[in-house]
Amino acid sequence: MARNEKKEKKGTQITLKEIKRQWFLMLVAAVVVIYGIIFYYWPLTGWIMAFEQYKPKTGLLHSKFIGLDKFRFLFEDDVFVKTIRNTFAMGVINLVSTTIMAVLFAIILNEVRRAWVKKPIQTISYLPHFLSWIVVTSILHVSLSPTGIINDLLLRFGFIKQAINFFAFPKYFWPIVAFANCWKETGWNAIIYLAAITAIDPALYEAASIDGADRLQKIRYITFPGIKPTFLILLLMNVGNVLNAGFEVQYLLGNGLVQSVSQTIDIYVLKWGISQNDFSLGTAAGLFKSAVSIAIIVIANSIAKRYSEQRLF
Amino acid sequence: MNQKEYRVSKPISDVIFEIVVVIFLTTFVIVTLYPVINTVALSFNDGIDAVRGGIYLWPRKLSMKNYKTVFAMQNIWVGAKVTVARTVLATLTSLFANALLAFVVSRKRFLFKSQLSLFWVITMYVNGGMIPVFLLYKNLGLTGTFHVYWIPGMISAFNMLVMRTYMEGIPESLEESAQLDGAGYFTIFKDIISPLCKPVYATIALFIAVWQWNSWFDAMLYNRMKTEYTTLQYELMKLLSSVMQQSGSAENAKNGAATITPITIRSAVTVATMLPIICLYPFLQRYFVTGLTIGGVKE
Repeated sequence: MARNEKKEKKGTQITLKEIKRQWFLMLVAAVVVIYGIIFYYWPLTGWIMAFEQYKPKTGLLHSKFIGLDKFRFLFEDDVFVKTIRNTFAMGVINLVSTTIMAVLFAIILNEVRRAWVKKPIQTISYLPHFLSWIVVTSILHVSLSPTGIINDLLLRFGFIKQAINFFAFPKYFWPIVAFANCWKETGWNAIIYLAAITAIDPALYEAASIDGADRLQKIRYITFPGIKPTFLILLLMNVGNVLNAGFEVQYLLGNGLVQSVSQTIDIYVLKWGISQNDFSLGTAAGLFKSAVSIAIIVIANSIAKRYSEQRLF
Repeated sequence: MNQKEYRVSKPISDVIFEIVVVIFLTTFVIVTLYPVINTVALSFNDGIDAVRGGIYLWPRKLSMKNYKTVFAMQNIWVGAKVTVARTVLATLTSLFANALLAFVVSRKRFLFKSQLSLFWVITMYVNGGMIPVFLLYKNLGLTGTFHVYWIPGMISAFNMLVMRTYMEGIPESLEESAQLDGAGYFTIFKDIISPLCKPVYATIALFIAVWQWNSWFDAMLYNRMKTEYTTLQYELMKLLSSVMQQSGSAENAKNGAATITPITIRSAVTVATMLPIICLYPFLQRYFVTGLTIGGVKE
């Protein structure tokens, strides 16, 4: 690299000449910043609504200020407390189950040596990721229907006497959601783990073979440590999303009978904010979710900083 | 790890291991594919016959009636048209906007490089939430129009960062020699950087296109009353939700069967909705695998 010394001259001087030279870059930057302020930063001012009795007529600045009344209402509402529990529980269950499945799938697929077996399996594994949640829930609904394959198998092997309507019982809801998430994302999430496994030095495996390690031992002592950094960083990125992991499936699969376990914060916001037109309450619930998410990210990041070299920021 | 701990390899453990691998992967493939194939089989089966159940990989009583019914639905055609339009338009505009921004942010000499990056990274973690965004779109006059599908999401920090990482890997010398020849930044973007970025452009274009194709929530939230701006997924969702409400009603929970929209019709719409994606994604595979890995390494 003959140009290396160029890099030394970091921190370009702000001179008129330089500004003139970079006019195009500045123009693009100015346009996208305006765009970003309108579509990403401006909505943040809407958080004020959570603290007032917002009415579209009076607007953001002249609606009546009510302090924490909306938050008080939220936490006195049993439905909302259950909603928090549901969101958390499903978020954690989904995160754990999809991570385990992705790691397991990546490791096992990596053990397949023949490309003509490996490639098609991988291609099939991506498929569900590209389907919408509507399509996935529609397919799931067919499989779990009273005449679907699951009831069929259970009846045939005598586990049940009569077909079960899985969507009518709260106890089945969380497992169904977890399964749907695993079904959709295992292959996709495994891509990154497969890339991490590929990056492991093959010499390590050879050395282990010479020492007489079997395949399980090689996975335990070489593959696991090899993907640990990837695992940790993905975990860090995803814990902050735990509360975001609950809208589409729950909204699409939920119904009156399982509402007590299916409703998540986002659905609550939609219900109160958009359908009931209580913008303030909806915003308060949304603000609570954002605040908790950010707190989780910060805590997770500082824990990671203390115990390993992985961190997000 | 202490290497001396390893015992002499036991072939028997590896044999068991291989059996486990085969069983796991076979199950995985069956569980992934069966529901899809079953849905396709149902979509070609006679509606009344399907109620009896017992249809697995192949239709029992072959019938094209479901598809005829589906293609006779006016709203499906409207939804298809809108979905194709938004997918094409948003993929083009969003790819261009993200690429241009990524180009600007990846110029090493750009004066506001780090500030501009930070400005967009923040948007990944902090957002106003559903209600303020809804009100914003309403105030901007975007609700009830087609534009709500492509204008608000045009720039996404995640897609932009993936492209930035890729562009940062391109040697700076290319840019400098072009500048010596008198090329401006737009020319460098158009003629030098972009041709080298085809793989990452393909990846991001795929991400955007799939996202657009699969969207239904925006149609429901912003254009519920505007039937001329409905989308394919939203139409499917409406069919499905009538069924879900049915299975939530008490008497139906007891006896299970009977739905408003026959399962076969729903299957036909589902197949029609997912077909373009199933046909396309295997060919783009090699792009998104590299694209995602680049993005991942960066994090």
